[in-house]
Amino acid sequence: MNLCCYIESANAWLAIYTTRLLMMPPLVEVKDVMKYFPVQKSFIETLLSGKGEFVRAVDRISFTINRGEIFGLVGESGSGKTTAGRLLIRLIDPTSGEIKFDGQNIENLDEAELQQFRRRAQIIFQDPAAALNPRMTVGQAIKHALDIHKIGSETERQEEVLRMLKRVGMTPPENFYNKYPHQLSGGQRQRVVIGRAMILQPEFVVADEPIAMVDVSIRAQILDLMLSLKQELGLTYVFITHDLATANYFCDRIAIMYLGKIAEVGLKNEVFKSPKHPYTVALMSAIPVPDPKHKPERLIPKGEIPSSISPPPGCRFHPRCPYTFERCPREEPRMLRISETHYVACHLFDKPVS
Amino acid sequence: MDYPTRIGNVRAVDHVSFSLQKGQTLGVVGESGCGKSTLGFSVIRLVPSPGIITEGSVIVDGTDIMRLSEKEMRRLRGHVGFIFQDPMTSLNPVKRIGDHFVEFIRAHEKNVSAEDTLERARKILESLGILPERVNDYPHQFSGGMRQRVMIGLGLALKPKLLIADEPTTSLDVIVEAQILELMNKLKKEYDLTLILITHNIGIIAEMADTVAVMYAGRMVEFGPTTDIFENPLHPYTKGLLESAPNIKHPERSMRAIPGSPPDLMNPPSGCKFHPRCPHAFEPCALREPLLLHRERQRVACHLYD
Repeated sequence: MNLCCYIESANAWLAIYTTRLLMMPPLVEVKDVMKYFPVQKSFIETLLSGKGEFVRAVDRISFTINRGEIFGLVGESGSGKTTAGRLLIRLIDPTSGEIKFDGQNIENLDEAELQQFRRRAQIIFQDPAAALNPRMTVGQAIKHALDIHKIGSETERQEEVLRMLKRVGMTPPENFYNKYPHQLSGGQRQRVVIGRAMILQPEFVVADEPIAMVDVSIRAQILDLMLSLKQELGLTYVFITHDLATANYFCDRIAIMYLGKIAEVGLKNEVFKSPKHPYTVALMSAIPVPDPKHKPERLIPKGEIPSSISPPPGCRFHPRCPYTFERCPREEPRMLRISETHYVACHLFDKPVS
Repeated sequence: MDYPTRIGNVRAVDHVSFSLQKGQTLGVVGESGCGKSTLGFSVIRLVPSPGIITEGSVIVDGTDIMRLSEKEMRRLRGHVGFIFQDPMTSLNPVKRIGDHFVEFIRAHEKNVSAEDTLERARKILESLGILPERVNDYPHQFSGGMRQRVMIGLGLALKPKLLIADEPTTSLDVIVEAQILELMNKLKKEYDLTLILITHNIGIIAEMADTVAVMYAGRMVEFGPTTDIFENPLHPYTKGLLESAPNIKHPERSMRAIPGSPPDLMNPPSGCKFHPRCPHAFEPCALREPLLLHRERQRVACHLYD
């Protein structure tokens, strides 16, 4: 293991052990959370089929997020990663299960507590062009949160916004304050979206594919900005992405999602150096490597992700899995412990204790 | 290649020259707005309105297509397949999959019956891993990956010699992307295709291309064999692009950004278009546009090598 990896994994351990040693509960605890969306149907269809159908976007997931870490939610489209991210900051309410933020169930907050929670938890959206109101100037967009939370006087707010613009690399800030989103490049827009999320000095930020719509050559700029803001504000991030290679670069811990379930969760090095779940292995083998000498050994599963309206019984990956055996379609796998930090939901690792 | 607009003229592709051997795969790589898609469209004279090709020539199999009449061009397009970027919007939602094939094949081959073309469509779909009876389905009944297979099928329906694929996997998930790339490699051998693959993903370039053209702000800044370019990138932009992508096999190589942002083509920088972002820029860069120079098997447009 080279020094760089060592330091990174040491950091992640540190986050976990400070939490444990100081008896600090994790920042976010997610327990058996489900989110079903009803499928829109016509009256006749409902009459004929008898009952409503649901998209099982997130189906009983549990995990914790420690203070100060970058937790990656990785999966393909339809895996439920975005829904999970939205549940974490209560943009939507779960169908069942509970989400605790700093020890408090976020579903039971009263109005004042909810407003406090909104200050502490923020989101960065995927598409900065859609996330910014085209009729609001950059300055107004960032200032809006300060207005809503009635922080400071008008001039103080404007000064705060100028400071934030400078902080996210939009210099000189006076030139950008009165610009509209369409006058900016994609990278600049994403900087504004980040500035807007940071203006209330949150503790917890969910970043939903923050670099997917940004040009390749400036993706690292955005990630570096997010890292330096994390240092400065002591943030905890949830990083939602479909791109395993970027997750590997950016995250401390990673959860791999498939069809609304968590397939595997662990420290970055555990998941990437010794992936356990056959889906994780397949996903990693599918990524094109920017090296013409690398000969890919592909373990591509057959077919495509099934519909989350009627997911396969038992393990959801079993129809595509090369190692399926009789237990897989019958029984849903539990989260099995590989190490203190590494867990996998796969029957292959469920060996009887001898 | 120009796009005249109300607020000014955009020169999307400027003096790009390259040649491609039969059976080879050329990867065209660059960021959004670098002109890579426009270049692809230019090769079959399909530049979307209001774009116009102002000068230059494209020679396919010995004929200069810029001199062909629209009728002759139509015949030639039968030999060139094109796979568009977005399979969600490139298929007509109110037409069955089979009808797409019928319309497309009969536009080029007048004397075949609808029944024969449907039979051909079934065979093509089968070779792409789709059940043949699904010719009767509508596009919305297909997943993204399957729609992209249909697009590839349409691209191959007339047995083209040249296939141009514009970001064929960009809107797909990684596993489906790997399936599609595998399929394209298989078909390339089967049909003895020459392939122009346009993408922003250097991982795909590394895997698929024999030759690479790196585009920046409408210019080709570097051209050469894939292995040479990855081992020894000459242009500072190529270097930056290679360093900006994460490598899952070598996570310790950090992702490094290129400072600044891609230029506004309405109002491009003077001289070398990359000089405001280039770490090696010196006096001539802002003044003169660099020429494409030969450096062993590569060609590069940069004053550093002048």
